[in-house]
Amino acid sequence: MATIAAPTRMVGAPIKRREDPRLIQGLSHYVDDIRLVGTLHCAFLRSDYAHAAINSIDTSAAKELPGVVTVITAEDLGEVGDIPCGAEIPDLKVPGHPALAVGRVRFVGEAVAAVVATDAYIARDALDLIEVDYEELPAVTNLDKAVEADSPLIYDDFGDNIGFTMPLEAGDVDAAFAEADHVVSQRFVNQRLIPNAMETRGVLAEYLPGEGTLTVWSSTQVPHILKTQLALIANVPEQKVRVIAPEVGGGFGSKLNVYPEEVVVSHLAIQLRKPVKWTEKRTENFTTTIHGRDQVNYVDVAVNNDGTITGIRAKILADLGASYQLLTPLIPTLTNLMIVGCYKIPNVQIELVGVLTNKMATDAYRGAGRPEATYIIERMVDLAAAQVGMDAKDIRFKNFPQPDEFPLEIPTGIIYDSGNYQESFNKALGIVDYDSLRNQQVQLRQQGRYLGIGISTYAEICGMGPSIAMPAGGWESSTVRVEPTGKITVLTGVSPHGQGQETTFAQMIADEFGVDIDDVAVIHGDTGRQPYGIGTFGSRATAVGGTAMVIAAGQVKEKMAKFAAHLMEANPDDLVFEEGSILVEGSPDQAVDFVAVALEAHVAKNLPPDTTPGLEATHFFEPSNFTYPFGAHIAVVEVDTDTGEIDIQRYVCVDDIGNIINPLLVAGQVHGGIAQGLGQALYEGAVYDESGQLLTGSFMDYAVPKATQMPHFETDHTVTPSPVNPMGVKGVGEAGTIGSTPCMVNAVVDALSPFGVKDIEMPLTPNRVWQAIQDAKG
Amino acid sequence: MIPGSFEYFAPTALDEALSLLQEHGDDAKVLAGGHSLIPTMKLRLAEPAVIIDIGRIGGLKGISESDGKLVIGALTTHHELESSDLVQQKVPLLAQTAAEIGDVQVRNKGTIGGSLAHADPAADWPAAILALDADLQIAGPNGERSVKATDFFQGLYETDLGDDEILTAIHVSIPDANTKGTYLKLHQVASGFALTGVAVVLTKSGDTCQSVAVGITGVSDAPYRASAVESELTGAALDAENIAAAAERSVDGIDALEDIHASQAYRQNLAKVYTRRAIESAAS
Ligand SMILES: Cc1cc2nc3c(=O)[nH]c(=O)nc-3n(C[C@H](O)[C@H](O)[C@H](O)COP(=O)(O)OP(=O)(O)OC[C@H]3O[C@@H](n4cnc5c(N)ncnc54)[C@H](O)[C@@H]3O)c2cc1C
Repeated sequence: MATIAAPTRMVGAPIKRREDPRLIQGLSHYVDDIRLVGTLHCAFLRSDYAHAAINSIDTSAAKELPGVVTVITAEDLGEVGDIPCGAEIPDLKVPGHPALAVGRVRFVGEAVAAVVATDAYIARDALDLIEVDYEELPAVTNLDKAVEADSPLIYDDFGDNIGFTMPLEAGDVDAAFAEADHVVSQRFVNQRLIPNAMETRGVLAEYLPGEGTLTVWSSTQVPHILKTQLALIANVPEQKVRVIAPEVGGGFGSKLNVYPEEVVVSHLAIQLRKPVKWTEKRTENFTTTIHGRDQVNYVDVAVNNDGTITGIRAKILADLGASYQLLTPLIPTLTNLMIVGCYKIPNVQIELVGVLTNKMATDAYRGAGRPEATYIIERMVDLAAAQVGMDAKDIRFKNFPQPDEFPLEIPTGIIYDSGNYQESFNKALGIVDYDSLRNQQVQLRQQGRYLGIGISTYAEICGMGPSIAMPAGGWESSTVRVEPTGKITVLTGVSPHGQGQETTFAQMIADEFGVDIDDVAVIHGDTGRQPYGIGTFGSRATAVGGTAMVIAAGQVKEKMAKFAAHLMEANPDDLVFEEGSILVEGSPDQAVDFVAVALEAHVAKNLPPDTTPGLEATHFFEPSNFTYPFGAHIAVVEVDTDTGEIDIQRYVCVDDIGNIINPLLVAGQVHGGIAQGLGQALYEGAVYDESGQLLTGSFMDYAVPKATQMPHFETDHTVTPSPVNPMGVKGVGEAGTIGSTPCMVNAVVDALSPFGVKDIEMPLTPNRVWQAIQDAKG
Repeated sequence: MIPGSFEYFAPTALDEALSLLQEHGDDAKVLAGGHSLIPTMKLRLAEPAVIIDIGRIGGLKGISESDGKLVIGALTTHHELESSDLVQQKVPLLAQTAAEIGDVQVRNKGTIGGSLAHADPAADWPAAILALDADLQIAGPNGERSVKATDFFQGLYETDLGDDEILTAIHVSIPDANTKGTYLKLHQVASGFALTGVAVVLTKSGDTCQSVAVGITGVSDAPYRASAVESELTGAALDAENIAAAAERSVDGIDALEDIHASQAYRQNLAKVYTRRAIESAAS
């Protein structure tokens, strides 16, 4: 196998995204842009109740409306299967999850009936003509109350609202707490978030009865998984199903799923033998696309006077919602795994309880379980520091592992691949000039001004694989093909939807083959074209998918080198690929055109003996471990104590994500990630009232961060390559989100520490900050 | 986000629009910039059967000066008010207020008349219009009438405007050189509307407050003039202590709102702090 080329021209260069011109000019095609002749339009009638029995549904008036083709309810779904959940957890109670509600509705927005009409307007009008006789039942909306013995039940036969419990114990926790100088305790709420991808979901399905083929265009992050699942659920043999994820306008995990609408629209297309389309409305996106986070944490840490943290104990109540989507119960288990963060804490005890409530299901949302863990540990470390009278900086250094301890097995049972936490933290401290900031803080306080300095040092788990730890496989695939004209086609099993792999993967291939980046096309998101793949999530695409591609490229190069060597009468081992030529290293006059070799490989007139024509290789790669990026965030804020407004003065972030393919795209991921993390800290929060109505069901009430609210981000890196893939990359899709949330809360709490404020529940709205000051003043 | 079906008219003359309104009564809605009406239609909170688009009635647009007043057509967009040289010279408070509204798209489409007619309790214009003591010109089946801003706002989305009337213009007296205005706002972080917005128009005589008008939006179900603040400060020296004491009275007699974005106590606090700061700014 050819070795992986050292970074030369393209890898490491800040190249602009090749995707952007078409996106900016409106020339790309999202699901809703795809027009098939004779397409019918689907709309869903959704429950207005969080919990109700359905006595009857009368669709007759809707069916009468001119232009309506059909109206279906659960009864009409026939053999269609349930919505799948891939989680395997011991003793997990798995409720049924029909694509349309059967007998009961369990959250506001649950699909009850589907209308198909000749246009989207008629379909919408018909919804108002469907009559559902509901009998309202008491709703379960509060996590603490949901687990009480007298709580109303969401699934009668379960006996309680607990989906699963997962204990985790390592070391001697009781001894650690008994012997510690201090025990610090705190309750946290990691509030429910709504992902809000810029493009809402959408599905277009076409069934060709002659061929028996079902083609589904869906705004999804996982076309291959969706293909397999649709084959099983909608009862079409898998070889006849093709799923295409065209341009996908963001996902953040919310499209890492198989949704009822994908199933129902496919079923309708099969039944009606006409293309059927559904485009999610923004209001539907708020109520019926998965939500993220939503945990209540009761946490204790044991800490000694010298700042050594010897133990952590946590009870985690995780809100699963009313039914499971693809990974719902698995997400909070990542919180368990990552609870010690970047510290050596030998004694750990966690009781994780997955709780059913009358709300939309939670599932993976940028960070997925790790932001919650990071929040818990980073807030607790600050509280512990305050308790022992130590600076927030010093307590972190005190508890970091040393760089020579990696690979490091941590008590929750995983192995951190590589790390140097001191280096990234020192770099961040240097950038903000930490010590003089602390002096400035003291001086400003004397003037009645409240400066806060917040730190978060994080470690996270990504590069999702190996398969043993993943429900649907932890590997990735790629095909690399050199075409007869010397152009290179890359097929990848990952499914980018904003990450920019059409650029970064092409950079890697351009370097491998010594060709122009414009001669490389990276094709993704079509199960009819790519080898089977897993998809884009968990910051895995480059570490796993990129590695599969680079290895496949190496195989093609090896073959191409043989062909070239044959033409030049050289030794293939001596050849290098540079600037459109294949040449003997060190003797540039012994060269052959890359394009000439590509053509020869296909016309196949002068190939060496014992070789086959063609230049194509497919490789499936599974990593031996996850990757563990880390870094340090530092925020400087000033709080207006009259109004609770927060002015973010500086935001510094030093990440270590291993080797970097394209610093510009990395910056984009970091900026977006921090913005989303600050969104949780400061602005966002899904609020359901006691009856289970979503009060934050539009952008008028649910605040996503806006560009104008964000500070200038000062970003930098250290580079500690990962040993688990040959490129030494880790992953950067979620790091910003994971590190930033506790950093901001630590900063605000630090600012208000003179008042005695110890904690403020997120989001830190001006109202809450002001109230915390009032409460602390007493 | 699909509205119900409706019939659409685009009259080019005011009379025509008024008679369409007469004809269709309750079923009809006037459409200006559409930035309040269309969202409610898409959510089907409103399903008017008839839309009367007044955007092509020429006489309702533009800003001019006449008899010591600025005459602002109801269809003037927020952006036009924000960027007009005339406004910036004569009544900068209006430009300052316009700049605080929504985002560029909203300011390019939304109109001052539409905002006042809609009377969202958290809209920005009402604070400034109240503080400037503006007169609103209204056309109806019985001709034209004029109403004081203080009489115009009546409650949550409620105004003095009849179903068969159209707001045509806003008249604002141009203040003298000793008068300064300020608008300060805390944005509700999701919608961008005012969690609290305070407009102050203050006339100084030396270091004393000769007169002051305070318009407050976002705090109550209707925008209001903080008359207790005004009477406390009028005639008083403009020092920090007096200003603070007067600002303390900004919610006297007012039932402050409470919702998921702000508690009642917090809104009351905001009104006081923003009033104090707005007065300090206008007095400086
Ligand atoms: C995203 C967004 C953010 C916004 N942020 C803010 C903000 O920060 N601050 C703020 O103040 N506003 C904000 N707005 C509202 C915006 O200013 C609207 O433009 C304004 O409220 C309504 O003006 P319009 O011209 O769009 O009116 P329309 O939507 O066309 O009409 C609104 C109502 O007034 C009636 N109407 C309109 N014109 C007249 C007239 N001349 N005579 C009689 N009745 C009439 C209509 O029938 C309708 O009932 C925001 C809107 C959006 C969509």
